[in-house]
Amino acid sequence: MVPVSYYLVLSAILFSLGALGVLIRRNSLVIFMSIELMLNAANLAFVAFTRVHETFSGQIFVFLVMAVAAAEVAVGLALVVAIYRSRQSVDIDQMSSLKG
Amino acid sequence: MLLSEATSANGFFGLVPWMVFAPVIGLLINAFLGRRLGEVGVGLVACLASGAAFVFSVLQAVSLAQHPEGAIVKLGEWIHIGQLSLDWAFRVDTLSVTMMLVVSGVGTLIHIYAIGYMREDVRFKNDPARFPRFFVFLNLFIAAMMILVSADNYLMLFVGWEGVGLCSFLLIGFWYDMDTLGRPSWANSNAAKKAFITNRVGDFGFLIAGFLMFWYLGSFQFDAVFAGAPGLVELHPEIILLITVFMLIGVAGKSAQIPLYVWLPDAMAGPTPVSALIHAATMVTAGVYLIARSAPIFGLLHDSQYIVATVGAVTALFAATIAVGQYDIKKVLAYSTISQLGFMVAAVGMGAYVAGMFHLVTHAFFKALLFLSAGSVILGLERGHHHAAHPHRHGSHAENHHKDAEHVEAFDPGDMRNMGGLRERMPVTFWVYMVGTLALAGIFPFAGFWSKDEILLDASLHFPHVYWLLTAAAFLTAFYMGRQVWMVFFGKARHEAAEHADESPLVITIPLIILAALSALGGFINLPFKGFHQFGHWLEHTLGAIEFPPFDFGVAGVSTALALGAIALSWFLYQRKPLEHGQPDPLAKPLGLAFVGMENKWFMDEAYQFMFVQPYRALAGFLAWKVDWDFWHEWFHDSVLAKGFIGLARVLADPIDLGIIDRVSYWLSDALRASAESLRKLQNGFVRSYALSVVLGVVAILGYLLLK
Repeated sequence: MVPVSYYLVLSAILFSLGALGVLIRRNSLVIFMSIELMLNAANLAFVAFTRVHETFSGQIFVFLVMAVAAAEVAVGLALVVAIYRSRQSVDIDQMSSLKG
Repeated sequence: MLLSEATSANGFFGLVPWMVFAPVIGLLINAFLGRRLGEVGVGLVACLASGAAFVFSVLQAVSLAQHPEGAIVKLGEWIHIGQLSLDWAFRVDTLSVTMMLVVSGVGTLIHIYAIGYMREDVRFKNDPARFPRFFVFLNLFIAAMMILVSADNYLMLFVGWEGVGLCSFLLIGFWYDMDTLGRPSWANSNAAKKAFITNRVGDFGFLIAGFLMFWYLGSFQFDAVFAGAPGLVELHPEIILLITVFMLIGVAGKSAQIPLYVWLPDAMAGPTPVSALIHAATMVTAGVYLIARSAPIFGLLHDSQYIVATVGAVTALFAATIAVGQYDIKKVLAYSTISQLGFMVAAVGMGAYVAGMFHLVTHAFFKALLFLSAGSVILGLERGHHHAAHPHRHGSHAENHHKDAEHVEAFDPGDMRNMGGLRERMPVTFWVYMVGTLALAGIFPFAGFWSKDEILLDASLHFPHVYWLLTAAAFLTAFYMGRQVWMVFFGKARHEAAEHADESPLVITIPLIILAALSALGGFINLPFKGFHQFGHWLEHTLGAIEFPPFDFGVAGVSTALALGAIALSWFLYQRKPLEHGQPDPLAKPLGLAFVGMENKWFMDEAYQFMFVQPYRALAGFLAWKVDWDFWHEWFHDSVLAKGFIGLARVLADPIDLGIIDRVSYWLSDALRASAESLRKLQNGFVRSYALSVVLGVVAILGYLLLK
């Protein structure tokens, strides 16, 4: 069998990559994709832990997470489209009107 | 103190505080209601108050006749601190009652005289509103003198001592802003100041004696001090000597002995009743009373007695020489008072307390008589001056006089060179003056003969040098009194004022007649023969057993012969060819420089001025102008303090306030702005960096939780 720690390390790496992507990339859609990556990394960790604990709670939780992710993406993409319509760009560096 | 409980107990002793209260009540009434009572009312209140004091004194004497040992009446507690314990206690014994009777008796007669005298005087000086004030001060004096003579401890005596000194100041300076003619002048206030300050020097001596007494004997109370003194003289005779010498300084101030007598002649600036009461009969005798009261202390050391007796005798002779050369009628009497006080001080100094007190009593009678008569003469001359200037003027002469003050020539109504021939014009005054003169000169059988003779007798037995000094003084006494009588009453008038003088009113002459009777008959209270000596036996109850030397016809004969010889010499010089107006004194040529000295009181005032007053003024001027103004105000305040303060302020303001403190606050604000600027950079509007902050925060918290 593959040890659980490998899944967890993979989940950590994926989460980090996702965090880095949120922090570094400028394109909003890429940031969204990175957020999805982070969520899926968390899903992976949940599933790995069901293997360990012999219960199904983790796998159930993954469903909930996916539902939330989907809802979030829907709302977020709607927001991105609205922003693109007003600013003709999705570069978040250009959304700095909170600068003070 | 109620009448009932006082009389049921032993005699009237409990009433003794009323002797002080009565004059105090009188003066309070006059002080507050004086203006409404009018002159007669004020005078009546004052005389009744003084008369009440006399009545209470008589009651004390009556009780003493039945209980001769006397009593101590305690009124209340005064000071009780540590070892010092003093009460307001009145001591009623034969010695104090003698003084009480003299003071209140002669005082009341003078109060009556003063009503008439001051009525004329306030009109002459055009200030009738001042009338009540005089009687307030007179009653205050009686009250203070009563405290003095009835005190049971030295400090209460000192209260009275100071009180009479104050009243002397107030009364001498009664006309503080004008001279005898009503013109503006400070002469009276200067005389009053001189009296008070000279007395103060004496008081200093008294206080030192008191402090020594308390330090070594633990008390001020008479009985305690007298009980402890014999023990002290065994251990420390020098302390007893110091106590007596310092007390003598106090006596020299109050009773006008050398060297502190200089205030008394100047005190004649006060109204004549004041001279009679305070400076002849009562206040100046306080010193003699003090020594008589302190007899147990003075009698312990022969040296004390020697010093006191010699000071008294020298003063007697010295003052008598000055009296010979004086022209003012009151000044002659003033120096005569100093001389007679010298007799009294010499007597009590020698230990002849009965003789001294006897002379005190008789002197009070005839000296008050002489002063009051001199006042009558002066009033007569003032009236005569007015009559001469305005023969047809009606009404009281004094009321119109102030209008003439501007064009009245400087006429001195007291100068004997302006008098003469008053025997016919003022007969009552003349006869009472004769009685007083014969009493003072010591002619048999008047009062002065008996009392002066007893002093001379005691002196001849114990202190021969005192005897010779006093005898010489007695000779001069008769001489200058004779001179005065010839110059004033005989011959012919040397000034128109004397030509037109007339007799004084009854309110003035009746007290004179009473005093003349006392001067004539007063000697009989202490005849020096076996079986008599009533006064001596009366005083024995207080002073202890006294041996009365037998009457010596030799001493009496010598003194009488000298007195008669002096009067004859004065007749030869002054009356055989009566003095003319403007003629110099017949003694001036024979005595030459000596007479110049006598005329100018041996330049003592000038000497004191040179030795004390001018150096004091120079010192005061130096301290005021050089030390206080130049050094203190100008240099220290202006240069050091003010400039230093301004310099310090400048140092604080510019470098410190602006340089340092402002810099600190600027630095604070700059630092704040810098930190705000740097913090502002966080708000860059980039979501990425906000997200980064969130991540970092999460990492920090998780790290903390994991590593805890």
